[in-house]
Amino acid sequence: MASDIVIKTEGVVKEYRMGNNILQALKGIDLEIGRGEYISIMGPSGSGKSTIFNMIGALDRPTRGTILIDGQDMAKLDTFEVAWLRCNKIGYIFQSFNLITVMTALENVTLPMIFAGLSEKDRNKKGTELLERVGLGGRIDHKPDELSGGQMQRVAIARAFANDPSIILADEPTANLDLVTGREIIGLLKVLNEQQNVTVISATHDLKMLDVSDRVVYIRDGLVERIRNRDEIEIEIGTVGGH
Amino acid sequence: MANDSQSGIRRQIQLPLSEAVRISFQSLKIRFWRSLITTAGILLGIAFLVAVVAGAEISRSLKEVKGTAEIQTFMDEEEDTEGVSAQQIWLVVMSLIVCVVGIANSMLMAVTERFREIGTMKCLGALDRFVVELFLLESGFQGLAGALAGALIGLIATVLLNLKDYGLDLFWNFPLLRVLIVLFFACLIGMILAVLGAAGPAYRAAKLPPAEAMRVEV
Repeated sequence: MASDIVIKTEGVVKEYRMGNNILQALKGIDLEIGRGEYISIMGPSGSGKSTIFNMIGALDRPTRGTILIDGQDMAKLDTFEVAWLRCNKIGYIFQSFNLITVMTALENVTLPMIFAGLSEKDRNKKGTELLERVGLGGRIDHKPDELSGGQMQRVAIARAFANDPSIILADEPTANLDLVTGREIIGLLKVLNEQQNVTVISATHDLKMLDVSDRVVYIRDGLVERIRNRDEIEIEIGTVGGH
Repeated sequence: MANDSQSGIRRQIQLPLSEAVRISFQSLKIRFWRSLITTAGILLGIAFLVAVVAGAEISRSLKEVKGTAEIQTFMDEEEDTEGVSAQQIWLVVMSLIVCVVGIANSMLMAVTERFREIGTMKCLGALDRFVVELFLLESGFQGLAGALAGALIGLIATVLLNLKDYGLDLFWNFPLLRVLIVLFFACLIGMILAVLGAAGPAYRAAKLPPAEAMRVEV
């Protein structure tokens, strides 16, 4: 059903110019992602998974090809529409958390709400609720340098959900975290994905992510190598475990 | 709940001025020492400017009252009819040039080390002009603070130096209005220089796509 497809990419190519050479990071990516899906994009370093993440998230423009979000061609959006999209429709979570260091946890979470036009009272209430939901109710006034890695990523998750987006993009959200904290963050994302029917797209090479993913897209050398559904993934993990 | 996923793309994104002022002020407060160094550059340039121009105004005013014969100013004897010598103008221009270069350099550093923050803000929905606005407000505050302090220090310095030449007569014939005008324009120049110094780097940083801004390692 077309209406259930939240993201569609057609022949997405991204080229970078490195001196006289042209490096093709993406060589034609075709993907369809449904509403409420939990997708992991896996692949080795340099495979292009972060590049596809940036393209889907309107953080960079493809050299060729189209990206449709809710049927809207991103190439046809003007600056204001792209900003609106980033503010309201997509929530971003990064490997290095990317919190604004001079702001408290609550201020970080409420910043996108300022852009969306919420009143101070509303955003403080909503920001506090979001921080409580990620387990940081007692640390809303802490600055990033007073928080642990896991706590910073929780703030980033709360911030990503600030304007009730329909898509969450997570670029290696567990890469800078220890095993246990990484597992907690993945669990938290899965819970929010199920509770709010938000589409979660996560670029990762963390195998723990496979457990919670509905589908896994394997990227290699700028191309989709294969796409596996959850049941197939379980079989693959079983096989790996059996060896 | 995933909201208005069917309702299409809209355009309304905002950053009220009060919020922009609060964010930029907070940013200055957090980076207090760094901000202070940039501000000190502006302060010195403006203090020098005020010392020379206000000093010239004071000596001109006193000369009008007492006649030129009995007065020797602290700076120079080769004054023209306006009271400011060519050498003084040259010194003021040089100090302002040094001031602009210093501010531009500080702002370039301040913007470059915050590329990631700029990229993040754009991810959260900030328009390019919000980023520019925040940096210009920051530099404007720094310019104003530096210029005010500089003007005050310059004025005190020139009053003390003229006190040596003129004694207490200085206060009876103080050209208050003209000195206030000098102070006003000095503050304005300080602010404009600071904003100009920040405009280029801030505009360049705001134009970067967020992905590229966040890739930059400083």
